[in-house]
Amino acid sequence: MSWILSLPLIIPFATAIAAFALRDRAAGRWISVAGSAMLLGTAALLMARAMRHGVIAAQMGGWPAPFGITLVADLLSAAMVGITAIIALAVSIYALADIGGRLERLGYHALFNLLIGGVNGAFLTGDLFNLYVWFEVMLIASFGLLILGGRKEQIDGGVKYVTLNLISTVLFLSGIGLLYGMTGTLNMADLSRAVETVENHGLLSVVAMMFMVAFGVKAALFPLFFWLPAAYHTPAFSVSAVFAGLLTKVGVYALIRMFTLVFDHDTGLTHTILLWVAGLTMITGVLGAAAQSDIRKILSFHIVSQIGYMVLGLALLSPLALAGAVFYLIHHIAVKANLFLIAGVAQRLTGHTELARIGGLYKSAPLLAVLFLIPAFSLAGFPPLSGFWAKYILVKAALDIEGWLIAGLALLVGLLTIYSMTKIWAQAFWAPHPEGIAPALSRIAPGARAALLLPVAGLAGLTVLIGLMPQPLLALAEAAAAQLLDPTPYVAAVLGGAP
Amino acid sequence: MGQAGRTTRAGNGIAGRLPVALAGALFAVFAALIPQIAEGHILMLALDWVPALGISLSLRIDGLSLTFALLISGIGTLVLLYSNSYLAGHPHYPRFALFLTAFLLSMLGLVLADDLIVLFVFWELTTVTSYLLIGFSHENATSRRAALQALFVTGAGGLAFLAGLILLGAAAGTFEISAILARGEAIRGHALYLPILGLILAGAFTKSAQVPFHFWLPNAMAAPTPVSAFLHSATMVKAGIYLLARLHPALSGTGTWLWALTIAGAATAVFASVMALRQTDLKLALAYTTLMALGTLTLFLGQSSAYALTAFVTFLIVHSLYKAALFLVVGCVDHATGTREAEVLGGLGRAMPVTALAAAVAAMSMAGFPPFLGFIGKELKYAGALAVASEPALVAGAVLLANALMLAVAGVVAFRPFWRPAAGALPRTPHEAPWPMLAGPVVLAALGAVFGLAPGLLQGALVDPVVEGFLGTEAEAKQLALWAGVNLPLILSLATFVLGLALYAAHRPLRAALIRLDAATPGMDAGWDGFIDALRALAAWQTGLLQSGVLRRYLFITFATVLLGLGGTIVARGVWAAPEGLAGVSWKQAALVALILAGAALAVITRSRIAAVAGLGVTGIGVALVFIVFGAPDVAITQLLVETLVVVLVAVAMLRLPRLGPRRRRPADAALAIGVGAAVSATLLAVLLAPLDRRVTAFFEATSWPEAHGRNIVNVILVDFRALDTFGEIAVVLIAALSAYALLRGTAGRGEK
Repeated sequence: MSWILSLPLIIPFATAIAAFALRDRAAGRWISVAGSAMLLGTAALLMARAMRHGVIAAQMGGWPAPFGITLVADLLSAAMVGITAIIALAVSIYALADIGGRLERLGYHALFNLLIGGVNGAFLTGDLFNLYVWFEVMLIASFGLLILGGRKEQIDGGVKYVTLNLISTVLFLSGIGLLYGMTGTLNMADLSRAVETVENHGLLSVVAMMFMVAFGVKAALFPLFFWLPAAYHTPAFSVSAVFAGLLTKVGVYALIRMFTLVFDHDTGLTHTILLWVAGLTMITGVLGAAAQSDIRKILSFHIVSQIGYMVLGLALLSPLALAGAVFYLIHHIAVKANLFLIAGVAQRLTGHTELARIGGLYKSAPLLAVLFLIPAFSLAGFPPLSGFWAKYILVKAALDIEGWLIAGLALLVGLLTIYSMTKIWAQAFWAPHPEGIAPALSRIAPGARAALLLPVAGLAGLTVLIGLMPQPLLALAEAAAAQLLDPTPYVAAVLGGAP
Repeated sequence: MGQAGRTTRAGNGIAGRLPVALAGALFAVFAALIPQIAEGHILMLALDWVPALGISLSLRIDGLSLTFALLISGIGTLVLLYSNSYLAGHPHYPRFALFLTAFLLSMLGLVLADDLIVLFVFWELTTVTSYLLIGFSHENATSRRAALQALFVTGAGGLAFLAGLILLGAAAGTFEISAILARGEAIRGHALYLPILGLILAGAFTKSAQVPFHFWLPNAMAAPTPVSAFLHSATMVKAGIYLLARLHPALSGTGTWLWALTIAGAATAVFASVMALRQTDLKLALAYTTLMALGTLTLFLGQSSAYALTAFVTFLIVHSLYKAALFLVVGCVDHATGTREAEVLGGLGRAMPVTALAAAVAAMSMAGFPPFLGFIGKELKYAGALAVASEPALVAGAVLLANALMLAVAGVVAFRPFWRPAAGALPRTPHEAPWPMLAGPVVLAALGAVFGLAPGLLQGALVDPVVEGFLGTEAEAKQLALWAGVNLPLILSLATFVLGLALYAAHRPLRAALIRLDAATPGMDAGWDGFIDALRALAAWQTGLLQSGVLRRYLFITFATVLLGLGGTIVARGVWAAPEGLAGVSWKQAALVALILAGAALAVITRSRIAAVAGLGVTGIGVALVFIVFGAPDVAITQLLVETLVVVLVAVAMLRLPRLGPRRRRPADAALAIGVGAAVSATLLAVLLAPLDRRVTAFFEATSWPEAHGRNIVNVILVDFRALDTFGEIAVVLIAALSAYALLRGTAGRGEK
């Protein structure tokens, strides 16, 4: 069964090598699309296996856990790999039209696939140090993508991005060292058992805080999110879409994994802090968005805000809340990446993403208007779109345990999200273009138009589908939450009968 | 923009006709259900939707939902027919028809839903579709503002409503409305009854534009007139009323319910009817009369007597009929003359006889004259008001004042423009509207007359089932009759006519006074602008504070968070270990520590970049020496190589950097750095107190040679036991090289795209 777990790593890395070798030819970009398609097929198989067999694990190099490195997929991991593959395919199709020859020659497709490989590695590894390695792969690949093209604001954003993320890296590494010192193991399933024998619970909490801050930076939690709005509006649209969809979510994933599997000894401290942080992240993010007037900057702050919702699910730690967090993760990735892709189309048609300088899209590009409304209103939590269920589940989970304040806050943030989404809608779509341009989609050549709109339509369709039929994803999320809350099958799958 | 297509020649094709046919067919279906419902049946249908959340796609057709469904689909048909002419040839007509039809279907879903969450889904869909309809004239900033306002106010209420529904569902143990209605006793006795009620009322009152949430409704007049007719008569604002009526059996009967609805309803009714008289734009005048009607309906829903509830149902139907008719009439007038100004219009009776007749009939019903349905509605309102449990005089007085003002407004809207001479020339020569635009006003006005003359039709078909639904099967609705004998309601009716006619006679000077008064008092609408400005200011202030753009500040906050997290937990959990074995530290070890510290201090204090790099190098070499002392020469060699390379490379790079400016002392930074260092060190020392579990290391030692065939354990770990890590790290190095390559080539070729 090992191949199904390693393929999500092998495919992107192999694709990256081929794409780099062919970076001067058109074939390079198609290799990227083909690789993403293969990844999606693999992810579907992985999902099917995880649903049939429960948690599946593979020991790399044949060394038994906890001595070697284990790749492991429970439902959460499989779902994350699945949505990653969907985003990878969507963005690689979009990139056919979005990424020009110059960025391709600089190695865009190689970096893109390496990033996807790193993301998959982070979702699939069952080893804490190996997770650190994938974080590094992601960090450096994303840095490369961020500064690709070398414009001044890209470098500026890139420096902030990499500096702040390096702090996270160092903290993560220190945390790993300390945890190893306390338990003598790096295997996460083994850690789950080993921490139970640690006598100094307070010390374990201190180390947990180190991980919380390290992952908090990655996930862009309050007050550690500075790097995100500083950087996400600068690179190519394909790049910001894949960042928006996936990067912070790896941080959230790591938080969910560690704070259910390993650090569940002192939830009164850790999860209470997470709850407060979640609330502050939601509100500061959405207010940050309200202060912006550039589409990509608005969307960037909204990422922060919505990370708060996901962490809220983790902080409440009830089965429904965790299911809500997983549901929110999947929904958010599809919707948010899509909005960045749409921002790219809007920029092509109107010449800018600064709201004061654009307009007229509703009149001239009604198809784009529809395609924008779906993810935008989904993000704002309107039914019957995916975002409604995501929000509903979390609010209900909060109300169920009488968390009045946090439930009210989640609803208020929803309202403010409506405000920013309608700001984009009113300015970019409803208001006439200040220079009188009629930004019709026919301004884009047919081939490029298809490449740009196909992924947008596909992701919008996914949002509608989840919205109209939430039951399958919800059932998956609930099963994933059950696995997170009771790690026995996870531990058994990884360690088998090992000591 | 609303009247862009003024000619009726250019049709809208299939997009114009299909929605009419759809709405008409729906109406026919609902009409066919009347006999069953009149016999007291309740039709139910349920499908699984989200079983994991206990949500099912279930429908319930009883008297109340059927009444609403008939109003929605019937008026919807007429409005869609009307729109097809009103906006004939409008380039965006297909979108318009799509939004309007979607809105109609959402409204139907809302009134038919038998699951709270399904109801909410449709509730929000009406919010979204009305947003798109109100903003239909999208190039107009006023429309956009009105659309946002409606969305924001009803959206805010909707979110409170959602919380209320979730709590209600929890209190009742189900989301199924039918079941909830049967558990009123338990719900009213529940500990969370008050919050549930407050949150649900917040949703209903914002949607139904009760004072003080009323301000969005007049602004929503930015929508094309047929939309206004639809929004105001049978839909949108009636959604809140429907909700209150739907949950009446479950929530009503407490003092809080009674007073919240009575006060909000009475205040809205009186305020709105005064404001209606103030308007000169006919459409705005009608908009305020809608508020008045909503207030009255809310007021009666506060009660539980058969009179009050009969009055509610009857007035609900009366109002929907005349309000839709009059809005459509105003649309015809606007369409024909190019203006809606009461001060300008006049003398239209000759040019637009059919419109004038429909207007007159509808207005008579609105004013409450016999033999129209409005008269019966008014009588019942008085009877209902007098039957209230407490303060009947107050309620009756409010209703009387509102009714009299209504009569005056009816005259202003439907009498003066047709039968009084015009003050001056009209923008366009008036002409009669085409038949599709007349169908609505004529049919709706006629229904007001028919039901007035034969109230039994309405009573048996709709009113009785609705009232039975409210009160349970034993109770009965009060009779709808034109002549109920000489009683107090009749006397109040006569008083209404006298007062109303007097107000009409004096309406122009009164209006001038009201306009002055209105201008002098701050309104909620101005408050809206203030609210949005405040929100923006708050957002800008907060963002300026957090996202300052200064990396040094970001670093400070990040490290401060580290200190707070680690230090706080150390203190809170009492993790403090006195380091053991300090006595065993040799002079060599102490010297190494001193060397490392000196290097770090140099790097921090110096003003020369080269010296700082050298300082870091010293620290690095100190660490390498530590490795040597503790018996790891291979690691030490690696460390030395890396340090040397870093120092050389960074120093070379730095030769090209500009000189550093004068360095400011930053005590806060120093304190933070020391704090973080201390917290990490304290943690490390505490970790070192417990012995290391050596099972992984032991496994490596045991298997390195026999199984992995390598004597150097570190090498075997790198290339075999943990080869995946090494693979990843090699990838990191390659990606870094790739990025550097891209950056160097990319910046060299800057300028080309």
